[in-house]
Amino acid sequence: MKRRSLFLTITASMGFIFLYAPIIALIVYSFNKSKLVTVWGGWSLKWYSELFKNQQIIDAALVSLKIALVSASLAVVLGTMAGFVLSRMGRFRGKMILSGWITAPLIMPEVITGLSLLLLFVAMEGMFGWPAGRGTGTIIIAHTTFCMAYVAVIVQSRLASMDETLEEAAMDLGAKPSTLFFLVTLPLIAPALISGWLLSFTLSLDDLVIASFVSGPGNSTLPMVIFSKVRLGVTPEVNALATIMIAIVAIGVLVAMYQMRRQTKLTSE
Amino acid sequence: MGHGQQCGFDLMSIPSGSAWIDKSASGMARYNLFRGVNWGRLGVIAVPGLWLGIFFFIPFLVVFKISLSESAIAVPPYSAMLEWDLEEAYATFKLNFGNYIYLFEDTFYLDAYISSVKIASVSTLITLIVGFPIAYLIARSKPSMRVVLLSLVILPFWTSFLLRVYAWMGFLKKNGIVNEFLLSTGIIDQPLIMLQTDFAVYIGIVYTYLPFMILPLYTALEKMDLTLLEAAEDLGSRPYQSFFLVTLPLAVPGIIAGCLLVFIPAVGEFVIPSLLGGSDTLMIGRVLWDEFFLNRDWPMASAVAIVMLVVLVLPVMLIRNAQGKEEVHS
Repeated sequence: MKRRSLFLTITASMGFIFLYAPIIALIVYSFNKSKLVTVWGGWSLKWYSELFKNQQIIDAALVSLKIALVSASLAVVLGTMAGFVLSRMGRFRGKMILSGWITAPLIMPEVITGLSLLLLFVAMEGMFGWPAGRGTGTIIIAHTTFCMAYVAVIVQSRLASMDETLEEAAMDLGAKPSTLFFLVTLPLIAPALISGWLLSFTLSLDDLVIASFVSGPGNSTLPMVIFSKVRLGVTPEVNALATIMIAIVAIGVLVAMYQMRRQTKLTSE
Repeated sequence: MGHGQQCGFDLMSIPSGSAWIDKSASGMARYNLFRGVNWGRLGVIAVPGLWLGIFFFIPFLVVFKISLSESAIAVPPYSAMLEWDLEEAYATFKLNFGNYIYLFEDTFYLDAYISSVKIASVSTLITLIVGFPIAYLIARSKPSMRVVLLSLVILPFWTSFLLRVYAWMGFLKKNGIVNEFLLSTGIIDQPLIMLQTDFAVYIGIVYTYLPFMILPLYTALEKMDLTLLEAAEDLGSRPYQSFFLVTLPLAVPGIIAGCLLVFIPAVGEFVIPSLLGGSDTLMIGRVLWDEFFLNRDWPMASAVAIVMLVVLVLPVMLIRNAQGKEEVHS
């Protein structure tokens, strides 16, 4: 019994090293003075100042943030509606189709989603003159579409695991459906909406493939700029950018983890 | 309940697969009391339905239509299928199956489909082997430790996918960290070529999708009744026998869910083969991308997408549905 648990600890630790070694190396080398990415030339913040002087990267980051904010918010509204319809509205015609459409974007290869949306936009422009050209607007539509599927699934599972008695009580006390939703259901599923929004925001900020298909000239998102830079090889500026992004996410997750840990301690005591 | 905790549970509920089960049939139709034409209700159903219909479903019809047209030097670069000649007052309707015929005649495309399935399956298997001990360790540790370890698994998932793939470029290249280390310890005397090979693609896929494997495995292993292992031991089973005869069969739902979650995105992957793979690493996602962006052959790219949809995506959807139904029955 003892020997197996040692074996388990070793293999699992190797797994964690595998998960973290490249990230740690990336962070360390972002502080490297030398331009040659693998030769260590002493500590320096040179690449960070270079990064903030790079107007192309800053512009792209702003475009990406704008798209992520808008599409995450739209995705939460539409995804919540979809998740709610599927788990609380009983049977209706077309329900199977809707639930199929909700889960399909989750397993659709990105290249297909990107291509199909681009072809739709081109066809629509030919027919009604909208959307005129492609850019931020078309990327927002595309990101909203695949993010709302994630939100819908999160909301649906939250509603499914939720006790219905509070909603029943509100109904018994004469609440109209809209009152019931906004005053009872919505506050109860708020945590699911927050994680859905965060997930959508991250997915949108990170998407390269779909954005490349549906964006227009002069509307490069951050992943598109990073991709065109790293395709040619490793660049220290991108290391610096990656470090900043990883730091932000790590702080967020650490805060969440601290809270969860406190919660589990409280409940187990 | 704190947000943090909800975040954790929601992340886990995505891969567990249970969210796809339709639970509303069990008399949950509270909002259904207002019978008759209910415009509010209709509106709430119609908005997400219309959005998905227009921006998710109709696009596939457009792709199918364009896959049947001919490539042309025009804006947009394909010929119209239906042409109206107003003066002569007749319409010509052209269907062009040429793209599909070409797709099956040129072995390049077939090779790309097969190679994608091969690369995705092998890396799914490796991910399972790498992920299982981690999931097992987490499931058997103390509750407070579980939260820490799970967060460590989820953390990379929240950071940029593109940058994580990029991190491996610095790791695997000719004068990269792995080679420098192996050279300095004297294990090898000349650098290994790892970047731009299939090996790098396998590493990239395993690395990227490891959290997708670990979370459903953890969910399955955590639910397991540990007294079963004690019973097996009392009956004289050796640890490895208990593992293969008790633990592994009980983890099967998690294994299936995890494998699907890794295989599905891996098979259509574009970023990993194009950054880590060599020019000879054939994957269908990359072929579609090149067909579209480099050759500007929109009809051919559409045909590749349609075949991919029918051959690779539909079977996976059917397996998933079948699995969901099984869970409902049990």
